[in-house]
Amino acid sequence: MPKITFLEHDGTAHTVEAEIGSTVMETALRNDIGGIVAECGGSCTCATCLVHVDEKWSPAVGPPSSEEEDMLDSAFEVKPTSRLSCQIKVTDALDGLVVHTPSYQGR
Amino acid sequence: MSETIKTDVLIIGAGPVGLFAVFELGLLDIKAHLVDILDKIGGQCAELYPEKPIYDVPGIPYVTGIGLTEALLAQIKPFKPTFHLNEMVMTIENVGDPLFRVSTDQGKVFEVKAVVIAAGGGSFQPKRPPINGIEPYENKSVHYAVRKMENFRGKRLIVVGGGDSALDWTLNLQPLAKRLTLVHRRDEFRGAPDSVNKMRALVASGGMDLKIGQVTELEGADGQLTAASVKGKETVERIECDALLPFFGLTMKLGPVADWGLKMADELIPADTGTFETNIPGIFAIGDINTYPGKLKLILSGFHEAALMAQKAHHYVHPDKRLVFQYTTSSTSLQKKLGVA
Repeated sequence: MPKITFLEHDGTAHTVEAEIGSTVMETALRNDIGGIVAECGGSCTCATCLVHVDEKWSPAVGPPSSEEEDMLDSAFEVKPTSRLSCQIKVTDALDGLVVHTPSYQGR
Repeated sequence: MSETIKTDVLIIGAGPVGLFAVFELGLLDIKAHLVDILDKIGGQCAELYPEKPIYDVPGIPYVTGIGLTEALLAQIKPFKPTFHLNEMVMTIENVGDPLFRVSTDQGKVFEVKAVVIAAGGGSFQPKRPPINGIEPYENKSVHYAVRKMENFRGKRLIVVGGGDSALDWTLNLQPLAKRLTLVHRRDEFRGAPDSVNKMRALVASGGMDLKIGQVTELEGADGQLTAASVKGKETVERIECDALLPFFGLTMKLGPVADWGLKMADELIPADTGTFETNIPGIFAIGDINTYPGKLKLILSGFHEAALMAQKAHHYVHPDKRLVFQYTTSSTSLQKKLGVA
């Protein structure tokens, strides 16, 4: 199974296994990763599962869809590599992915 | 103080479960009013996923959040529920046996024989931007909602956001304001195209300013803003202002529920699985806000809970009437209530 590393804002690192076909958000919730709220449960309607994709990994993860880009307007401290983790599907190509979780998701 | 509204039951939350509670109570001749903090009916279905499909409502293979809300409204129409939108219940006082006095943040007071909490994840409240030191300005010169436009006449305003709320208030307040600046993180707006065009025309004619960036710093004293810093791609710009209005959408917070004297468990209300009554007799909790062994946060579970709640609520509302269980398929009396017999 691919591995994903979540880096919390305080530097805590969690490397966990992720199921192919699940999302990065679901992987975070299953593993009790701090900083991911996911209020809407993965509908791309709340912007509380924001992650900053590590710059090295940003090209592999790709840009947000226009629907997701709209939703990013409701997130804070959005960077060029920011994504909603419910919209990133885990694939073999993302084995080793590193994402940073923010200190604040708006609640 | 406004007049006290006397009715049988007050339902807190107008999401799918609160709406279905109207139906189950109505069949037992129990009248209900509903209070919801949102400006629309439907709760999370309306706010979080109006257009998203729901696949697990029994008997309905596919329905959107809006579709389910509309269907429930049609189903409860015979019972003529009264809605109080844009309002938040602040306090519940036990004043009788049982009789509850419930008051809202808009100064309304209800007197009811039972209270049904169907508040889902709590109340939807505006997201607060993470700007250092914003707290002392909140509700003084930082506002997450506009209650009275007149309060902003002649002032220098900064509106933040890119959706319909930000654009609507930009267009509504621009004629009143001394100067209005709209701040958004990108030069694209998800709001209604017509509003975007109007805003762009105002910027072009010099009637307002548009800055692309994020508000990073506030200046002022005693809750009164004097300026805000907007960080763009390469520069930081200081903009003088009297008020800041951030519109970043809503988030669910438990809100005043925690202050009602109810036993709570991890921001949820434990409920009896036979009646969905809380630890306070006459106060019920149904839907996502309750917890019990095996609880699943599903709309269908909330519907079941509403039906059982109504049976117990009947004891409080009509203590002298014997409750006979009936089916809508065969009972003429129920069919009359539904207006189909």
